[in-house]
Amino acid sequence: MSRETLLNAALMAILLLFPLYAWVMDEPFLITLTTRAVILAIAGVGLNIALGFGGLVSFGHALFFGLGGYAMGILAYHAQTYTSVTDWPLTIPGTKSMPVIWVIATLTSALAALAAGALSLRTTGVYFIMITLAFSQMFYYFAISWPTYGGEDGLSIYVRNGFPGLNTMDPIQFFALCYGLLALILFFTTRLARSNFGLMLGAARQNEARVAAVGHRPYRLYLIAFTLSGAITGLAGALFADLNRFVSPVMFSWQTSGEIMVFVILGGVGRVFGPVAGAALFILLEHSLGGLSDYWHIYLGAILLGTVLFARGGLYGLIAGREQPHD
Amino acid sequence: MTLLSLTQITASYGASQALFDVNLSVREGEVVALMGRNGMGKSTTVKVICRLLRQSGGTATFAGRDLSGMPAHRAARAGVGLVPEGRRCFASLTVRENLIAAARPGTWDMAAVTRLFPRLAERQDQIAASLSGGEQQMLAIGRALMTNPRLLILDEATEGLAPVVRQEIWAALARLKSETGMALLVIDKSIRELGRVADSAVILEKGRTVWSGPFGALTPDLTDTYLGV
Repeated sequence: MSRETLLNAALMAILLLFPLYAWVMDEPFLITLTTRAVILAIAGVGLNIALGFGGLVSFGHALFFGLGGYAMGILAYHAQTYTSVTDWPLTIPGTKSMPVIWVIATLTSALAALAAGALSLRTTGVYFIMITLAFSQMFYYFAISWPTYGGEDGLSIYVRNGFPGLNTMDPIQFFALCYGLLALILFFTTRLARSNFGLMLGAARQNEARVAAVGHRPYRLYLIAFTLSGAITGLAGALFADLNRFVSPVMFSWQTSGEIMVFVILGGVGRVFGPVAGAALFILLEHSLGGLSDYWHIYLGAILLGTVLFARGGLYGLIAGREQPHD
Repeated sequence: MTLLSLTQITASYGASQALFDVNLSVREGEVVALMGRNGMGKSTTVKVICRLLRQSGGTATFAGRDLSGMPAHRAARAGVGLVPEGRRCFASLTVRENLIAAARPGTWDMAAVTRLFPRLAERQDQIAASLSGGEQQMLAIGRALMTNPRLLILDEATEGLAPVVRQEIWAALARLKSETGMALLVIDKSIRELGRVADSAVILEKGRTVWSGPFGALTPDLTDTYLGV
């Protein structure tokens, strides 16, 4: 068993055992904190497909995170006010069902990623970064100026959405749901990384011409990766909004894109479990440093700087060493 | 039957014209040596065939299909296989991953490639970047074969390799020719080794085809004039 596999197992065990300990000790805040880390880890795993596997430096993943959040917010808002989302050409009612919301949030984000990717991927380098940023900022300003759903103040949802057989208002049960989704997404991402598609995507990151010379179209590989990446980040957005029972334009902001990118860089770009470690570390720092000073972001910035300068493989690179061949 | 045909091809890198008048044809099962000194347009010609560079004039056809406007990945799917200059493997992938990622349906699969290069079977779980130069070259050839090409282009496949490894590569090319009848377009500086496999030769000089004919018709005068240092 490689060091990386052991680290993956240890990380997942800590993420599972810590909230169980908090549950036994009756510390619901710590359960919610871990749930937050798990949800943000899902967003990071999503971004990692584009950034880590495909080398696509997207600075606009807040777009998909926000879309997922607003998909949840809008559907739940209409369900709690007993109104329909639209009446024409067909009546679309609101819903408080998590599975339905997840499907809609994922599909909406996937479609947005497909459209944004189709345009953005015609550019490279700094232009790609700027165009993805522009897309998310466009939605940020749109959300601010959309009074129907709270505008700048955002939208509150009174009761967390429901999942069959679970009491989602119970922190440990909602945590279990998010943890299960993270495990499923990690399983899917691991399989994706080892598939022909994943291998060619990584190869395209190294040299597009060589990939084309063996019969694959790099643009198509990138677009599929970007769409999958957006879909997963959108699902994380829906969960995040459900955790907070609140959505606001901040979910679309460039700071959110930056934070998701920080999870990936801190954990290890291109390592499947890297963003999980990154998100957990980020939440840990936010919680511990935030208690010491209001300016905790300065310390986080210094840690990020140190990671980029001295530990380019992030936490995973530091502990597990260079990536090993796939089993 | 003619598989590849280039007629009066011109091509440029921006404002700098590299090919002025290249004519070349490869028949099914034929091994053609593309020769010329450094900087004469051999690799540029290969790029045009593989659609990594668009020609600015002339016609290029492959298996009766016009290559103009065809993107590189479609040319590869049509049957143009490339072993690029400089042992270009996907460095972070293992040997097996390099091979299976490129696989397309056909007679060439992992088993066939490892029969041709048994060393790749021994190294299949090793990262490509950790292979020796010769093994990387075998992998680059194997990867191109996994696309099941009708024409395999080898751009300086033996350059910089140890003599023993070079012999191994040439022996593999001879086997490809005799056992599969695959058409090959080979760029190499070793006239003696090319003579073991090539049926015909094309010489480029300053971006123009200056001579083409049966390999056996190459005279010392020709090689001195166009290939000598």
